[in-house]
Amino acid sequence: MSTVTFRIWRGDADGGKLVDYTTEVSEGMVVLDVVHKIQAEQANDLACRWNCKAGKCGSCSAEINGVPRLMCMTRLDMIPIDKPVTIEPMRTFPSIRDLATDVSWNFRVKTKIKKFKPRAPDAPDGTWRMQQEDVDRVQEFRKCIECFLCQDVCHVLREHHKHEEFIGPRFLVYTAALEMHPLDTEDRLPELKQSQGIGFCNITKCCTKVCPENITITDNAIIPLKERVVDEFYDPLGWLWKIIRPKS
Amino acid sequence: MATNYETFEYDVLVIGAGGAGLRAAIEASAAGVKVGLVCKSLLGKAHTVMAEGGMAAAMGNVDDRDNWKVHFADTMRGGQYVNNWRMAELHAKEAPARVHELEAWGAVFDRTKDGKILQRNFGGHRYPRLAHVGDRTGLEMIRTLQDHGIHQGITVHMEWTIVTLLKDGDRVVGAFGYDRERGRFKIFKAKAVVLASGGLGRAYRITSNSWEGTGDGHSLAYHAGAELLDMEYIQFHPTGMVWPPSVMGLLVTEGVRGEGGVLRNKDGKRFMFDDIPDNYKSQTSTDPEEGWRYTQGDKSARRPPELLTRDHVARCINREVKAGRGSPHGGVFLDISWIKEKIPNAAEHIKKKLPSMYHQFMQLANLDITKEPMEIGPTTHYMMGGVRVDGDTQMSTVPGLFAAGECAAGLHGANRLGGNSLSDLLVFGKRAGEFAAKYAKENSAGQVSDAQIEAAAREALEPFEHSSAGNAGAEGPYQVQHDLQSMMQELVGIVRRDDEMTLALEGLRRLRDRASKTLVYGNREYNPGWHTALDLKHLLTVSEAITRSALDRKESRGGHFREDFPNKDAEAGKVNTVVFKGTDGSMQLRRQPVSDMPQELKQVVEEMK
Repeated sequence: MSTVTFRIWRGDADGGKLVDYTTEVSEGMVVLDVVHKIQAEQANDLACRWNCKAGKCGSCSAEINGVPRLMCMTRLDMIPIDKPVTIEPMRTFPSIRDLATDVSWNFRVKTKIKKFKPRAPDAPDGTWRMQQEDVDRVQEFRKCIECFLCQDVCHVLREHHKHEEFIGPRFLVYTAALEMHPLDTEDRLPELKQSQGIGFCNITKCCTKVCPENITITDNAIIPLKERVVDEFYDPLGWLWKIIRPKS
Repeated sequence: MATNYETFEYDVLVIGAGGAGLRAAIEASAAGVKVGLVCKSLLGKAHTVMAEGGMAAAMGNVDDRDNWKVHFADTMRGGQYVNNWRMAELHAKEAPARVHELEAWGAVFDRTKDGKILQRNFGGHRYPRLAHVGDRTGLEMIRTLQDHGIHQGITVHMEWTIVTLLKDGDRVVGAFGYDRERGRFKIFKAKAVVLASGGLGRAYRITSNSWEGTGDGHSLAYHAGAELLDMEYIQFHPTGMVWPPSVMGLLVTEGVRGEGGVLRNKDGKRFMFDDIPDNYKSQTSTDPEEGWRYTQGDKSARRPPELLTRDHVARCINREVKAGRGSPHGGVFLDISWIKEKIPNAAEHIKKKLPSMYHQFMQLANLDITKEPMEIGPTTHYMMGGVRVDGDTQMSTVPGLFAAGECAAGLHGANRLGGNSLSDLLVFGKRAGEFAAKYAKENSAGQVSDAQIEAAAREALEPFEHSSAGNAGAEGPYQVQHDLQSMMQELVGIVRRDDEMTLALEGLRRLRDRASKTLVYGNREYNPGWHTALDLKHLLTVSEAITRSALDRKESRGGHFREDFPNKDAEAGKVNTVVFKGTDGSMQLRRQPVSDMPQELKQVVEEMK
């Protein structure tokens, strides 16, 4: 047992401040435990999101000592506790209250991405055939728990507020999962180039670093999508070929 | 003054957005009716994401001997024959089509060598039957349904909570709730309502369930006049983490024991050898060496006692802890590291066979399972009981009110097989959506009286009134919730006795009194204290239903174990327990004969014995 001070942001869309709470902590606790303890003992109305407490639902995203992390997966022995520990909401999204932010933008963005459109079934019984090695890379993207930490850390959104022109790493991964799905027949490249702003990403890999699911967002999802967009729209040989190819 | 609220009108209102709720909403919407979906959390965060193993469907991709009849017989055997046979039949027949449908909507399952959906073995299933994606099948399922559902014209109200259902005469015609963000009241008028609210693990101290699992659907249905069935049957999984506190209840897969992990008490004794039930003696090893050979694939060896049924292992662990032979944090030891005595490179072997467990303990407990034993104990896992529904339509005993998934009862009987939950959500979520839409088309909108709404609003705001009245000595909702969970854990947990449960009933009376006086601070905006206070009503209702049902069943069966009646009783096995709200407002109980299977299904069960 030791006594630790936690500096938690309290407030709403109109503003707020860091408030100190001092509490006893014990071995093995994670940051979310501390928040729950403070909520139960000192601040019943402290707002925070959480569900599974096992790193599987992506609800308890926050900035702990300035680093975007899941509170349920951040053990106290992973961070210095000899000085106050700061817990703030994700700063890229508007505040609702305390640690809860308005992430509804993400849900709106998703509805604008064209849905999965499979090819005709491979077998008479209406089923498909795919090899495991052909689905491996899509399965990596589908590990995403939608914690939005990658969106939070992305400077295009965080510093430049390009929410209307750029869909962010989460939805580039989502689009990659659709585009690379062996059964999918849809074409999402024109939107990626235009309204979804893939060109804004300058591959600093901050998103990859904070991903709690260890998805290699930049290398495996974003860069291949950028290459596809380049091939489709900027390759001069490709242009020429499209003009002169035999019509059949 | 009339309460200020916003009104929404739907043909079908779905409450809950896990697997069952999403599937119901998609189906109802596809039938051409206007659908609203309300969920307590953000979309895609429901407890379905926690499911690991897979969804059971007799597709026969790995073993072509599998078919719906085998799946049906397995489900009935697992449920100890008190299941709703019609649901078990429909489930077994329709699950394969529901899995294929998910693939058509974009799900990416693991594959067989010939490119089909891969299926794995699981407890109680005769053949490899679980379609899966590694150990994150639940996430794959909810994300697929979510990503398909958002293009179906369904209106989703995220982070809204329903407090009570609204009625017109005998019929449910809507719901009353609030939005979490602003705490404003919302009225839903709906021709049909589907409950898909999941489980009630939060009635117990040690559980894998999140804050959402407060039995809302069970309680909403009960207070609206619906009957609850089989509320005594709760599945306690034997191996949940007990330390550190942050992960108490988090599951440790059965695979650890399957790979040779053993259970020991604090004296280092493998206590499972002490209690092997008679009907399992012939197939269980009494020799540690033989048990080890079984786990290494020796087909001539018998299984070690650690791999007896979930309910039995959970009870044995409980016995050791109660007798003072437990581990420092109130569990027992599960040790896989010992296999280094048996095989070279044991550490690498364990990491390869149990990667997610290795990771889970390293990250959360700072414990290397290749070097040290884990501390584990039983955890509240799943509610078999719930709203009594018609097997085909999923309509409850109240017209216009449907239920699907964990909050509905029947499919699993006294004990659920692993993998039958995800398929349950799909099969009966779809049916609930289909028949709710049909009901909505055949019935006009009902009338909701202002008096009902005013009463609901008054009740919802009561906790704030206590605060302003300056109640000296009263307490916050968290303390009451905590005491309720501890009491249920101690008195109506894995091992039950008449005297303890009678004490629990008295305890519930006192807790109800305390709950009615809880203090809530702050305002209505995103105030978890207020929400916890409102959830107490649901927790108290389901806790009473569990306790009364468990008191009445004077035998042990599946998820219900009575120390004072440790054996199965043939007569008791002929009835299901039903609770309902009496005319005086008190909880009533009746026993209902288990409905008789048609001859052809009886024959299926016989053939598969």
